[in-house]
This record gives sequence, structure tokens and C-alpha cells, in this order.
Amino acid sequence: MMGEVRNFRVWRGDADGGQLEDFQVEVNDGEVVLDIIHRLQATQAPDLAVRWNCKAGKCGSCSMEINGKPRLGCMTRMSTFEATETVTVTPLRTFPVIRDLVTDVSFNYQKARELPAFAPPAGVAPGEYRMQQVDVERSQEFRKCIECFLCQNVCHVVRDHEENKKAFSGPRFFIRAAELDMHPLDARTDRKDLAVEEQGIGYCNITKCCTEVCPEHIKITDNAIIPMKERAVDRRYDPIAWLGSKIFHRDQLDRPAGHTTTGVATAERPASSRQPDAGSPSTPAEHAASHQAQGEISMNWHREAPAGQAAPVGSDGRLPVTEFTGQMAGAQSPFGDDVPLPLPVDDINYQHPSRTDEG
Amino acid sequence: MTNIERHNYDVVVIGAGGAGLRAAIEARLAGKKTAIISKSLFGKAHTVMAEGGAAAAMGNVNSRDNWMVHFRDTMRGGKFLNNFRMAELHAKEAPDRIWELETYGALFDRTKDGKISQRNFGGHEYPRLAHVGDRTGLELIRTLQQKIVSLQQEDFAATGNYESRIRVFAETTITELFVENDRITGCFGYYRESGEFVLFEAPAVVLATGGIGRSFKVTSNSWEYTGDGHALALRAGAALINMEFVQFHPTGMVWPPSVKGILVTESVRGDGGVLRNSEGKRFMFDYVPDVFRKQYAETEEEADRWYTDPDNNRRPPELLPRDEVARAINAEVKAGRGSPAGGVFLDVSTRMPAEVIIKRLPSMHHQFKELADVDITKQPMEVGPTCHYVMGGVEVDPDTEAAAVSGLFAVGEVSGGMHGSNRLGGNSLSDLLVFGKRAGEYAARYADEAARPVKVSPAAVNAAVETALAPLGRGEGGESPYALQSELQQTMNDLVGIIRRRSELEESLARLADLKERIKKVGVGGGRRYNPGWHLALDLRNMVIVSECTAKAALEREESRGGHTREDFPKMDPSWRRVNLVCSLRGEDVQLERKPLPKMRPELMELFDRAELSKYLTDEELAEFDALAGKAGA
Ligand SMILES: Cc1cc2nc3c(=O)[nH]c(=O)nc-3n(C[C@H](O)[C@H](O)[C@H](O)COP(=O)(O)OP(=O)(O)OC[C@H]3O[C@@H](n4cnc5c(N)ncnc54)[C@H](O)[C@@H]3O)c2cc1C
Ligand code: SF4
Ligand code: SF4
Ligand code: FES
Repeated sequence: MMGEVRNFRVWRGDADGGQLEDFQVEVNDGEVVLDIIHRLQATQAPDLAVRWNCKAGKCGSCSMEINGKPRLGCMTRMSTFEATETVTVTPLRTFPVIRDLVTDVSFNYQKARELPAFAPPAGVAPGEYRMQQVDVERSQEFRKCIECFLCQNVCHVVRDHEENKKAFSGPRFFIRAAELDMHPLDARTDRKDLAVEEQGIGYCNITKCCTEVCPEHIKITDNAIIPMKERAVDRRYDPIAWLGSKIFHRDQLDRPAGHTTTGVATAERPASSRQPDAGSPSTPAEHAASHQAQGEISMNWHREAPAGQAAPVGSDGRLPVTEFTGQMAGAQSPFGDDVPLPLPVDDINYQHPSRTDEG
Repeated sequence: MTNIERHNYDVVVIGAGGAGLRAAIEARLAGKKTAIISKSLFGKAHTVMAEGGAAAAMGNVNSRDNWMVHFRDTMRGGKFLNNFRMAELHAKEAPDRIWELETYGALFDRTKDGKISQRNFGGHEYPRLAHVGDRTGLELIRTLQQKIVSLQQEDFAATGNYESRIRVFAETTITELFVENDRITGCFGYYRESGEFVLFEAPAVVLATGGIGRSFKVTSNSWEYTGDGHALALRAGAALINMEFVQFHPTGMVWPPSVKGILVTESVRGDGGVLRNSEGKRFMFDYVPDVFRKQYAETEEEADRWYTDPDNNRRPPELLPRDEVARAINAEVKAGRGSPAGGVFLDVSTRMPAEVIIKRLPSMHHQFKELADVDITKQPMEVGPTCHYVMGGVEVDPDTEAAAVSGLFAVGEVSGGMHGSNRLGGNSLSDLLVFGKRAGEYAARYADEAARPVKVSPAAVNAAVETALAPLGRGEGGESPYALQSELQQTMNDLVGIIRRRSELEESLARLADLKERIKKVGVGGGRRYNPGWHLALDLRNMVIVSECTAKAALEREESRGGHTREDFPKMDPSWRRVNLVCSLRGEDVQLERKPLPKMRPELMELFDRAELSKYLTDEELAEFDALAGKAGA
């Protein structure tokens, strides 16, 4: 089982740019792409950055693009390539690069937060939950998700249109919505409406690319997106029901809305994402046009500035009188004491209107 | 020092596995401002890999099950070396903790009457493991992750900020704990992404960092398991117990070489899989030790009947506790009856129809197909022992999970005592929940009472910065971290592995001493942004100190028990049962101390019958038991 030498091209670089580097590396019987990346680390490129944990397709850390296809590095066997083939490994394209094969996937964690959590049924005590296996199985399919975000990466709605990220949660979170919608005991009844209004499921035009790349073989489109769209479409044809749901839901719900975590201004959701649509996606161009501020397009929105902190008031509701009893010297910072100033420019969610060279 | 990012929290939880997340939820519910820190992304901690299930005596499948039976099984599995109080709390509280998960949105597999289904597992007398196919760990961690998100949503509704009360610092590694006047004052680490440093000031720190398995070559554990929490606790002045007990899971993959060690879940055996050697023999029948003779079947027929009629048959020996099965496989391979790749065969293909296999063991089917090109519905798997779990860990108070240093708590795999000399499958996930909740609760309480403000001295922070930057300073001229790691792994695997001998343990200590010196000279090139070489360089000092604990304790304990097998002392010795080996740090070296085990309360003792106890206890202890029983009878 002696190893043979193969050609690898790995993208190396960071947010400022980078290039493909060529490597000649030994490959042994039974190895997967992640093994080869590890061999490169151990022998030729000790600082080559890659995420991984389980090496068994269970944690969803090692997502990368291999010969242009979104894959898990630990589940891509070298034997699937020709011996003479050069294997090209690049980071996920849809998310900003941090370094080498590691990308900033915080977009996904942000979207996860905006989706209202499981609502436990009122009056059912812990231990008293009764559900039939057939009923839980539908949701269980979606709970297999390992959050590798390959589906998010491949979905053209955000892959090619950075500006759509704001209004579009992506397939991973459509299955989460479907999971909760189909949960036998979830107390909320508006999951489908939320999928349209908050998650932008209307942008999806059922290309099924997400289903194709899912390493857990979750039928994202057939079992989640289509059923979620169907009901939503029905309701929308009934103008009264539609209007009713608008009026009552808006102010009754404590749903976390908006996209900012700073507690500063919440940009209004673009109107287009709320419009009923019968399965035809609003084009990215239309969508972009509906954005009110031109600066918003190049807003570095997925990078969050640290949240401001409340001042550390004492039990009497006042600030400490002297520095000796306070936690820090000097007056409290209006930005919160844990925010170092000046803020790094990259972390500021603000684009000066006169600067149009970026974006 | 001035340009280091600082945060103030009431409770800082280091670790975002099941234990850490459950602790953080509890601290936040108690109104404390809580931080969760994790080396990997949120939701990717080791817990995600757990397959089989979480043990809790809910009695859904067999109504005879209750906490006392679970307690007995746990003590038996740990060969009576467990901290009895932890085993008791665990058995009593596990069902509530599992039910609570359903209110967070978990979807376990169901019984016919709609309750949580429970499955058989090695060492458990009744079907007891709540499960979701073979991805229970994923369900558990995702549920807790989503509960945390829901708490953040509540905070957002109240304060306009998702992170006002609970915040996750993902891809952040803690390298130092700070202790001033014998109290915890905070911790220090770096963001993996940027290489920037970060300081947390907090009166209470909960360690939930998981295990040490990365120090062994063949392991089911990931890069995260470098024993950071164990080492942090040692350096902060706390003690570790039971470090000689390392669990080798009997069934890891052995082929292809690159995945050697990756786990094949015990459910394969729980659901009917059998072990065979190269002669096709079900060899486990030859390896049932005396202490377990009464509970295990003697013929294949009886064993097979047990799957459908467990009340009238004894269980198959494939379901013996892990240490027994691992040793048996080791012995078969040594005797030349192994499989081509140096394991034995684990077969389900001849035991149940293909559809059932795919339904019950979906991720195993997937794993073998993708990684080894083996279809487990048609062929047997090749398996062999792999390092899996460390029973040893931080010595804590059983009720509060508080370590010896005020303000420090430890929970999950990083804590010690609960599992004694050997952990039963499924007892870890429930351990995380039961003690996670307790740790969070008591850490919050401690934070209430602690003196404020807590301050970390600038000198201590500067020292931490210096240590962290040292490998980068030495650059590529220093020792290679990858080479050092692989030497360390080889040493532990060869000399402190499943079967241990005096001479080899002594040699391991000499090699570890040498490695310890070389690790001081480790150097890496590259910058601070996401530099895995640098990260490894910083982990190495933890790995070596924790390995030293294991090797020293293994040399000291002259008997064989659970996860510690000495070829030169093959028998279990009742007098050693009364002893815990306690590791602490003196200067740079590990120092060992013998400490008596806490004594089990009489009413718990009486849950066992005398014949069983006589296999574990000394004559003196038995006399005490008889006196008790006499009194009770009179
Ligand atoms: C393949 C496999 C299968 C298993 N199957 C089962 C099973 O079926 N049933 C069962 O009960 N048990 C099982 N176990 C055991 C069980 O999964 C683990 O013991 C348990 O998940 C440990 O949980 P934890 O919360 O203690 O730590 P982990 O889940 O490992 O989490 C540790 C956390 O600490 C963080 N961390 C570590 N060091 C640092 C640091 N220096 N700074 C910051 N963060 C740090 C890590 O990033 C991680 O977030 C299995 C284990 C494996 C490997
Ligand atoms: S089916 Fe919809 S969600 Fe999936 S990739 Fe296509 S557009 Fe995106
Ligand atoms: S749905 Fe599939 S592809 Fe998408 S994140 Fe989950 S596991 Fe990955
Ligand atoms: S390393 Fe976990 S999925 Fe690849």
C-alpha cells in the first residue's frame, strides 16, 4: 500500500487576497482529501488553515470546495479522482475568507437567531410529551442536519448576489422552519408565514442545488421548501386571510426581527420580501432596487460590531461615585466598557455615502 | 496589556459541548451574565459525535427499571471505584434532564405508546438509552444550542441585544486561568480567527473542556481533546483523580489506515451485532469474567433469545462493559485470530435484514460506505480498540461540581469520579446534563456571593501574553509541533495503552520528561491569524502534563481494574478499591498522592447483594456490611 505522489492545488490567502499554490504530496490507500490537507500541514505548510473535528462526516466543520464542488473534506475519498488528476481545493465561495480554507460563516448563526425557537405547548409537563414515531420522523429528517452550510454555500440566491443575504435565510433555515412547522407539539402556527415574510423563501426558485450537495441527503427542496411554499401560496391567494394574518400577527408577536445585534438602528426589511409571490422569485435586480440606501449594499453587515453594554449600576441604580469602587478608571464609555476604541474599520457597519469605490 | 480586549462576566463557561451548554443555560436562567467559550464553532463540540444515546432510567421500555438499578449498573461498570454520591445523583436526576430536553424541542425516537424509546447498551441491565437513530449526540447538542438561541431571543426582546446576557465566543481558545488569593479571577485566551488575545474577568469559571484522547495515536477523539481543562485546573492548583483510567472503546474502525480509530457505535452490538474472529467463532463467550457470570448468557441460543425476550434470558457477552470487550479483542488479535487489518469482525449483515440495518444504524451504514467502501448490510466490519474517553478528571464536590480552588467548577468529561474506573456507554451524555445543570446552578450561586469587583493583575496578563507568543517568537527554528505531537501520541499508545507493564510505564515517563523539555522549545512560522501550527504548539504543554498524570498514576496503581490493565498485576485488588490516586502540580512536575475513597452510605450499600460485594470489598469492609445487614435484619 505504498503511497503515490499526487498533485494538489490549494487556495492560500486571506481577506486581502491570495492564490492557488501547487503541492506534490503523498497519497495512501483509503485516504480522504482532509488527510491530504493534514499531511500538507505536517510536512510542507504548517500554517495551512482548515477546520475539522470529527473526520467522520458528523460535525460539518470541514466544508470546502473540491474541484469546484462543495464537499466535506473528510468524506471525499481520494480514490474518486484519477491518479493523474490535479485536485483543487478552495474555500467556500459564498462566505468571506478568513484564511486559506477557513471562511467566516457567521451569516448562518445570525440567521439562526432570527428564526423563532421551538414554542413548547402550554400545559404539557416535561415527561408528558407523547408523540408517534411516524409524526416525529418528518422533523427528524431535518434534524439530521450537521450545519456544514454546503447548501447555503451553493444556493445561487446568495452565492452570486451578496446583496440578497440580508433578506434570505437560505436552505439550512428553511429546513429548520419546516422542522418546527412539522413538529407535532410546536405551539406556533405561523411558521409558513414567517418563512415568507422573515426568511425570504420566495427568492428560492427550486433549483435543487442545495439538495444535491447535502451530505446528509436531506431532501431539502422536496420535503421542506416545497411544502413550506405551498401553504404559504394558498393563503396568499385569499386576500382576507392574508390581510388578517398581517394585522394580527404584526403586533402580537414577540418575534425577534431585524438583522442588527447592536441594538442601534434596525434597517426595515425590504418590501419585496413581504410581497406575496406565487413561486416566481423576485429577481436580484428588483430586490436591490428596493433597497432604500445605496450604502446598504456594500455594508459589511455579516461582521458584527460588539454590542454596547449597559453601564454597571449598583444596587441603588446609580453609577459608582468614585473610581475606587468602579470597575474601571475614568468615566463609563458611552459605547460600553468592553469596546476598545477606535473601532477597527472592518467592524463598523457604516459606509460613508461619498465613498463609492467599494462594494 | 491595555490593548487587550476585556470582558466582565458573572460566569464564564469554557467548553460548548453538552456539559458547557447545559451549565450556561442554568447560569443564564439564574440571571447571571454568562459567556460560553469554545475552540471550535458553536454546535461542533465533541458531543456532536456521540452516537448511541443518553442513559436515564425512565422505564419506558421496561417498567422494572428505576434509579436504583441504574445506580447499581453504574457502580458495577466502574468497578465500585465511582464516587457513589455522583453515581446516585446521576441515576436519580437523569430522567428529568432528558424530559427537559423535549421542552427545548428535542425529538427522540418513540415507543409505540408515544414515549421516548430506550435501547440496550453494554453494562445496562434494562433498555435505558434515549436515542435518535445513531446520532443522539447531534440531537443533544443541537437542542441545547437552539435553547441558547431561544434565550438570546428573549434577551433581544427585553434589551434589544441578543448577547446582553449570554454570549458565545466561538473559535476562542483559553490558555490560562487566573487565581488571586486562592480565588478564580478570570481567564485568558486567543481568537483562533485573528490571533488577538482576550481577557475575561469573572468570579466563577466552569471548565467543560472534554477529554484528553488526542494524546493517543489511535483515538476516536478530535483535535480539541488535548486535555486543556485538565491542565488548566492543575495549573490553577486543583487536583485530578483517576487519571490512570482511560477507556479504550472496543470497536473503532481499523481500515483504511487514515480513519483508524473512528468509532463504530456500541448500538451495533446492542441491536444484535456479534463479534467473530478469523475462524468465524463468537469468541466473547470465552471472556466472561467471574464477576459478571450471572448476568451473561452461556450459549449462543440463549444470547439470541435475549433480544426478543430479555426477561427470561441472559444478555449476550458482546454487551459486557467496554473494558472487557476491548481486552478480549486485544487477546484474540494477539493470538493470531484477527482480521487482515489487525482487528476482529463485527457483523450485522447476517443478523438482520438490510432495511432494518439502514433504519436502525443509518450513520454507521453511511460511514462504512463512504469511508471504507464496505456495505454493512452485506459484509462484516473490521474493528479494533480505540482510545475513547478518560474517566479521570478534576476532583469536584459531587453536589456542586466545585473544584478545590474557589470559583472553579468542572463538569462533563473533564471532571472525575462519576464513572470510577470505567464508564458505561450512554452514561456520559446523561452525566453532561445532570452535572451541567448543577455546575451552572452552583456557579451562579457562587457568583452571587463572591466579592466584587474581580480584577486580574496586569502582571499576570502580561505573563500569559508572553507564554502565548513564545512559539511564534522562536519561529521555524524551534521544534516542530507536529513532530512533537506525533512522538507524544506514539509514546502514549505504545507504552501507556490498553495493556500496561512496569518497565514500559517507566520508559514512558522518561520519554515524557524529555518531550516536556523539547516542548518548551517548540517554534512555528506564519502569523497569528488562524495558524494551526501555533494553536497546536500551545496545546502541547497541556497534552504532555496530562499524559504525565496518566502514566504516573498507571505506574502507581498495581492492580487491574476497568480502564487500567497491568499485565504484571492482572487481578483486581480490593484494597486498591479504597484508594484514589490524586495528581497535583508541584512546580512543573506532577505529584501523586493516595487518598481514601468516600464511603458509600449504608442504604446504598444495601442495594447490592453480599455475593456481589464480596468480589469488590475487603474482608474488613464486608464485616462492616454484615454488621449493618444484621442490624437491619434484627
Ligand atoms: C465517537 C464518540 C461517540 C460517543 N458516543 C457516546 C454515546 O453514545 N453516549 C455517551 O453517553 N457518550 C458518548 N461519547 C462520549 C461523549 O460524547 C463525551 O464524553 C461528551 O460528549 C463530552 O462532553 P463535554 O461536554 O464534556 O465536552 P465536549 O463536547 O467535548 O466539549 C468540549 C468543549 O470544550 C471546548 N474546549 C476545550 N478546550 C478548550 C479551551 N482551551 N478553550 C476553550 N474551549 C475549549 C471545546 O471546543 C468544546 O466546545 C462518545 C464520544 C465519542 C468520541
Ligand atoms: S432550491 Fe432554492 S434554496 Fe435550494 S439552492 Fe435552489 S434556490 Fe437555493
Ligand atoms: S441541510 Fe444538509 S447541506 Fe445544509 S447545512 Fe444541513 S447538512 Fe449541510
Ligand atoms: S471533520 Fe466533521 S464533518 Fe468533516
